[in-house]
Order: sequence, then C-alpha cells, then structure tokens
Amino acid sequence: MNLSRRSFLKSTGLGFLAFGLPPSFLVRAAGAEQNARGKSLVVVFQRGGMDGLNVVVPFKDQAYYTLRPTIAVKEPASGEERGIDLDGYFALHPALAPLKAIYDKRQLAIIHAAGSPDNSRSHFDSQDYMELGTPGTKSTPEGWLNRYLSEKRAPESPFRGVAVSPQMPRTLAGAAPALSMSSIEEFRLRNLAMAGPLEKLYTNSADPLFRQGGKTLFEAMARLRAIESKIPPSTATYSAGRFGTGLKQIARLIKADVGLEVAFTEIEGWDTHVAEGGASGQLANRLKELGEGLAAFYQDLGDRMNDVVLVTMSEFGRTARENGNRGTDHGHANVMFVLGAGVRGGKVYGRWPGLAPEVLYEGRDLDLTTDYRAVCGEVLTRHLAQRDVHKIFPGFRAPGSIGLIA
Amino acid sequence: MSSSLTAEQKTIHFLDRTSFGATPDTVQRVNRVGMSAYLDEQLEPEKISDNWVEEKVSALKTIRLNSGELFELYPPPKVAKERGLAGDMMRAPRMIIYELQQARLLRAVQSQRQLNELMVDFWNNHFNIFAAKGADRWLATSYDRDTIRPHALGKFRDLLLATAKSPAMLFYLDNWLSVSPTAARMPANARRRGLNENYGRELMELHTLGVDGGYTQQDVREVARCFTGWTLLRPRGDAEFRFEPRLHDPGEKIVLGRRMTLGGMDDGVQVIDLLARHPSTAKFIATKLARRFVADDPPASIVNRAADTFRRSDGDIRTVLRTIIDSPEFFSPEFYRAKVKKPLEFAASALRITGADVRVTPQLIRYLGRMGEPLFLAQPPTGYPDLGSSWISPDMLLTRMNFAADLVGNRLDGARVEPAALRDTQGLIRLVAPDSLSPATRRALAETDEKEGPAMLLAAPEFQRR
Repeated sequence: MNLSRRSFLKSTGLGFLAFGLPPSFLVRAAGAEQNARGKSLVVVFQRGGMDGLNVVVPFKDQAYYTLRPTIAVKEPASGEERGIDLDGYFALHPALAPLKAIYDKRQLAIIHAAGSPDNSRSHFDSQDYMELGTPGTKSTPEGWLNRYLSEKRAPESPFRGVAVSPQMPRTLAGAAPALSMSSIEEFRLRNLAMAGPLEKLYTNSADPLFRQGGKTLFEAMARLRAIESKIPPSTATYSAGRFGTGLKQIARLIKADVGLEVAFTEIEGWDTHVAEGGASGQLANRLKELGEGLAAFYQDLGDRMNDVVLVTMSEFGRTARENGNRGTDHGHANVMFVLGAGVRGGKVYGRWPGLAPEVLYEGRDLDLTTDYRAVCGEVLTRHLAQRDVHKIFPGFRAPGSIGLIA
Repeated sequence: MSSSLTAEQKTIHFLDRTSFGATPDTVQRVNRVGMSAYLDEQLEPEKISDNWVEEKVSALKTIRLNSGELFELYPPPKVAKERGLAGDMMRAPRMIIYELQQARLLRAVQSQRQLNELMVDFWNNHFNIFAAKGADRWLATSYDRDTIRPHALGKFRDLLLATAKSPAMLFYLDNWLSVSPTAARMPANARRRGLNENYGRELMELHTLGVDGGYTQQDVREVARCFTGWTLLRPRGDAEFRFEPRLHDPGEKIVLGRRMTLGGMDDGVQVIDLLARHPSTAKFIATKLARRFVADDPPASIVNRAADTFRRSDGDIRTVLRTIIDSPEFFSPEFYRAKVKKPLEFAASALRITGADVRVTPQLIRYLGRMGEPLFLAQPPTGYPDLGSSWISPDMLLTRMNFAADLVGNRLDGARVEPAALRDTQGLIRLVAPDSLSPATRRALAETDEKEGPAMLLAAPEFQRR
C-alpha cells in the first residue's frame, strides 16, 4: 500500500546529512558567520491541540470529506469561504490568507503529518513531552530550548532565551538562565529606592530558586533600560490580544540586537471539541489571529527575517473524523509551519500517510510521518549551527534531512 | 536549619500551611488553645462564625444569584444590544467573574474559616472550569457556591458526583453534548451527533486516577459512553442537570475491566463510585494534598499514609487532612518554608500580615493575573500548577516585588494599610521567619530606609515561601 503522493526527500541523495549532522567544515563556516549576524529561533506553541487537518486541508484526499461531513473546508475554487490552493493537493484554511503571500515568496514551509510520536492524548503530558524534547519521558529536568542555551557557549546576555508570557514555559525552564516577560514597558521596578538592596538581596540569597530568578531579573532590567530608547517602533499591525502583542515584543527584542537566540510565545484556544466550524467559526477565529500575527511579525522584521526562523507546534492533532458535536477530539499528527527568509518555503513537506480507515493511526487519527524533533533539529543545525542535535533531543536520531533550510 | 523547629517556627509553619498566612491574631489563638484544638476548630468550619467577611461578600450583587438571574441581569452582548444595554460595563457578563474573583480574594484574606477557604480554592483548582468559556460565565458562580463549597471538607465521592452533575462542568468539558450514536440520528439532535470524550478522559486523568492510574484509550470511550445522557437544560439561563434516557447509550460497557450493569443514569454513578474508590485515586488525591500541605515532592511516607486513610475513611477529606498534618514529618525542618506561595497565597498573606483594609479593586485583581493566577480563569482543565518553579519566572517575581512596594506604600487601590501596622518590622519578621531570616535579607533590611523595611521583607525570598 503506497498512499504517499509526494516523494519525500530521500536521505540517499544527501548522505552526509544521514543523521541530521552536516559535515563539520560546514558547521564551522556557518557558525562563524551566523554568530556575527545574531540568529534567532522563535517557537510558537499552540496550546490545546490544533486541528491540522482543517488548517492545511488535504482536499484531494477523498476520505477527508467523508470523515468530516459538516466541518470540512471546501476545495479551492472561485467563490466564498474556500481553501486556498497550495500545490494542487493541499489547501490553506481561508482564515490564513495573510500567510499565502509568504508561502508564494517561498519563505513559509509547511510540514504535514508532523508532531510528537508519543501516543498520549493528554494535553498536559503531550505538551510536557513536546516542550521537554523527550516524548514518553517526563523526568527530563529541562526543556529543549533551555538545553540549547546550556549547550552553546555564547556571550552572556540575559536575553538569550526569552518567553513572552507571564509563566516560564517548560521548554525554556532549566539550568540556563532564561527570561519571561509580558511587556518591555512594564518590565521595571516601581519603587526605585528598593532596587539596589533588593538586587543584592536576591543575588546573594541562599535560596537557589530565587537567587537564579532574581539574578536574571535584575540583569535583564538593567540591560533593557540601557537599550530601551534605541528600539525602533514597529510599523506592522499585529492582531489584537496576547499573541500579537507577544510577537511584537519578540520582534522588538530582535531589532534591538540584545542577543536573543531563542524566543517562545504561545497562543491558546485550539481545543475544539464542540462547534469547531469550517471555513468560518471557532477554529477560523483562532487561525485569523494566528495568521495576522505571523504576517505582521514577518512584515515588521523585514530584512531581519534573514536571521530569524519561526516554528509553530501544537501538542497533538485531532481525530480525523469529526465527533458528535461538530468538533474533533484529541488525535495524533498535526501540521507545522516554518517561517523565515532562509527557509526553503513554498512547499508542503512530509510524506502524506492518507486518511483511509486502514491507515489511520490507532484507527482514528492522522498518522505521523515526521517527528517534530526532526523539524526543530534541522532548524537548530542549519540555522543556529548547533551540530549536536542529539544533546538537545537525547535519544533521537533524525532519519534524514528534510531540506527545510537553504 | 537546625535539627528541629523551635516552638515559634512550628506555629508559623503550621499557620502558613493551614491558612492564607499567619497573622498576630491567629498566632495568639494557636498559642492560647494549641495547634490540635485550633485544627479541630478549622476542620469544622460550619461552627465558626464568619459574619464579618460574609457581609462584605454579600454586598457583591451576583454572589447569591442563580444562573437564570445572572443571565437576565448580565446578558450576553447580543441580547444586551437588543435591550439597548450595549456599552454598559456594569451589566457585562465579565462583571460576574470579577465579583467571583473579589469574593475569593476577600475570603482568602478575611475569612475565619481559613482552612475551608483554602480547600475551596484547592478543589476549584482540582476540578477546574474556565469561567470565561461560553455559558460558564453564568454557571461559575453556582459552581463555586453550590458544587465545591458544600463538599470541600466532606467525602470525595460526593464532591466528585457533584462536579459530574454540575452545569458548569457539564458545559466546560462538553459532556452535555455527548450522546449515544443511535440517539444522534434523531432529528432533534442537530448539535449532538455522538460521543464526546472530553469529560471521560479528564475525569480519569485529572479528577481521579491520574494519568498513570492505569486506564486506556478504550476506557476513555467506555466512560464517555456511560455518561451519555448526562446533560443540561437551559445552559444559557436557568441551567439544570438532567439525565435524558433517550440520549443514553444502552449497550454493554466495560470500564477498567468491570462490566457496568446498572443501566441508565446509574451507569455514570457506577463509574463515579468505581473511580472514587479506586486505589489509584486514593494515591493521586493523597499526593496532590500532600503536595499542597507539605512539599512539591512530598515524602512517600506521608503520601502512603494519606492514601491509606483515604481508602479506610471512604475518601473523607477531613480525615485525610488530619492524617497529613498530624504526620511526624509535617514539622520536619526540611519542609520549613519548602513551598513557594502561589500568587493568591502570596497576595492574601501580604494583605493579612499588614492588616490591610481590603476593598477588592480591578488593580488588585490585575496584579494576580500578572503574577500568573487570574482567578477562575485557568483555561486548561489542569487548573494552576502547585509547583514552586511555576511561580517564580522573572516577570512574576518582579510583579510580586511591585505588589509589595505598592501595598506598603499605600499605592495599591483597594488595600489600605495603617502606618501603625508597619512600624514594628521585628514583629513582622517574627510572623514570617522567626529566628530564621537569611543573612542576605537581614543585610538588605539593615541597608533599607526604615519605612521601606516592610516592603523589603514582603519582597524578600522568605516571604515568597510558606
């Protein structure tokens, strides 16, 4: 049974990338150049389990329309509320229209049937696994973005790893200092008379948890105040809400050259068990916010997108079949976006496993053909020059290069 | 820390674990009657008069109303527009959530039934709903008042059943729309076309067995089938639980290897009974309680003892709490200030220790949000985490420091602090860390202007812990 429509980039043609490891001379060359230019990776986590099948729609897969009688997105054609054709087989959800121009410029790559290989359908386990970078193992002490910070020897900057969220996400938590903030403007102490003694108190505290947190906090505040006035204002219009604001803050930090290497932000509300909607409705509203936010980020950064790769992920996809309430339940594989000027975009990557009943994962979900660690690993190697991907994703070996980054 | 706690440290430790923070009054009370008698009192909240705070809570308009009245008075935007109420902020549904948040904070600060309030908070979080999800805007008030509160120190099984039947949970985890596949073919069920697994899964993963509690994907479906027909009348309005036999799946169901035999609504009740009495549930609830009262990673000895009490007392929450607090390890120095206060605990303890006159304002509520705990607004069904590392990101830490400075400087709208309450920094230290202030904090206090002393203390690491 061969349902794969497209040929996957075979590792045979790229023998030296067999384990996701480029030859060392390439790494050295790339590393030297990239450090100078200050490369950043931005991770967007879609919490709740996005329904990838309705985001990048396999409109040529007949099973799709059989499985989803009321929520399917219509195949591309003229007229209202239809999918936007990507390659004759897949269509982008119409609410993501702002991303089509970036796809056409070949700076947006899409990987379908991708995600975390663990079969947990628990939001929390799956998010943890994905953020720790070790599907199936919960005891991993730090998130994979934090491991990246630890592994790489880089100039000390409190902004090497930043989460734009009040909470420190699992993926950035760990031994390497990282920062979480809601906004640059409000990131200041309101009583300046206390600043000196408080800083000393925290940096000398015998309580390691608070010493670390305080140290990062005070360094970051000092650095921010020093550069604040030099950060150019953004010209792009971001989507209203926490997600757009978060991306805007990340863009400002990138433009300010504060040494940002990895950034994290999240967008909630993907758990569409009921009344998910098709071309419009609940999921469409989330996608509108997502698409507008990403497009604004892309526009805002302009030439700086040469130095940025943004990756989206969600803990799992959703059932191939719609459920009893015109929604979908927790499923398996999903779709990921990789955005950046150095990305080989304009293409839907990944082997398509199909949606026929006999090929559904555990009889119900889209099967997984690309591990999200292969996607992230490639970005780490090719964009951030981190050759030891197995240190970031212990126990993982990529089957071969996907070819996402030029 | 020395090999054992001093009497003064024990008292603070005990009060910081069983209330929203020690105050001069509670310390005095414990000194007078002893910890054991104080705990007895706290475990029987119905006997403690709480008029003072309840009067304040009663002044909030929404707290005593049912969902029908709330829907009428705080209609959704579309209805408001039709009635010409558009733009009236005081009539927006978000006012209901705002008042719930106010009541929670007021009671945390000022209730005499501290342990009960703490457990109401605990169970609200354990059986989390997201008060901003659709109809839950009008259902959350009753959920806190009629579902959680009456059972906070009662039998776990009764609490579990109450949540299963509550309109707020039926709506939040979608069970009200889950129906048997055969019923789905009836034309009346346009929105209901079959099974929805959401509740079945979270019931086992989060409410009872725990994710490693030994259930399978097949069990999730079987449990969901048992709860088909557990639905809801008028979710937007005078909401009411209803078992609808026509929506129930009458087929054979096997949950955790057991055949459900009772049929009808009792299929669900049988699942509740099975889960409430399952050893994995005893272990899971005991662990969560020990995590709340002892340490992020509680010792197996306490967990096992609490789980054992849970099983032997048929899930009597009061008895389990007593087992945990009476455990010899409870006062072990390694657990002294081992817990990081979550934002509500931090804010309430700061307001309590300063004796602040509290009138809850949007500024106060916003502070809790910035610290990471907007009350009643945790979107995922896990609720908020109870692990220290979740609460001390740089941004949250900064917000706590700003809160302390604003409170002590009387710049916090809604909390008035009497200067007299702040004059005795040494007295405050005895309520936070008697004879156990770190050298770093002592030095910082010595270098701080006297009137900033209390702010410095409340911003110090010691006060972030309990």
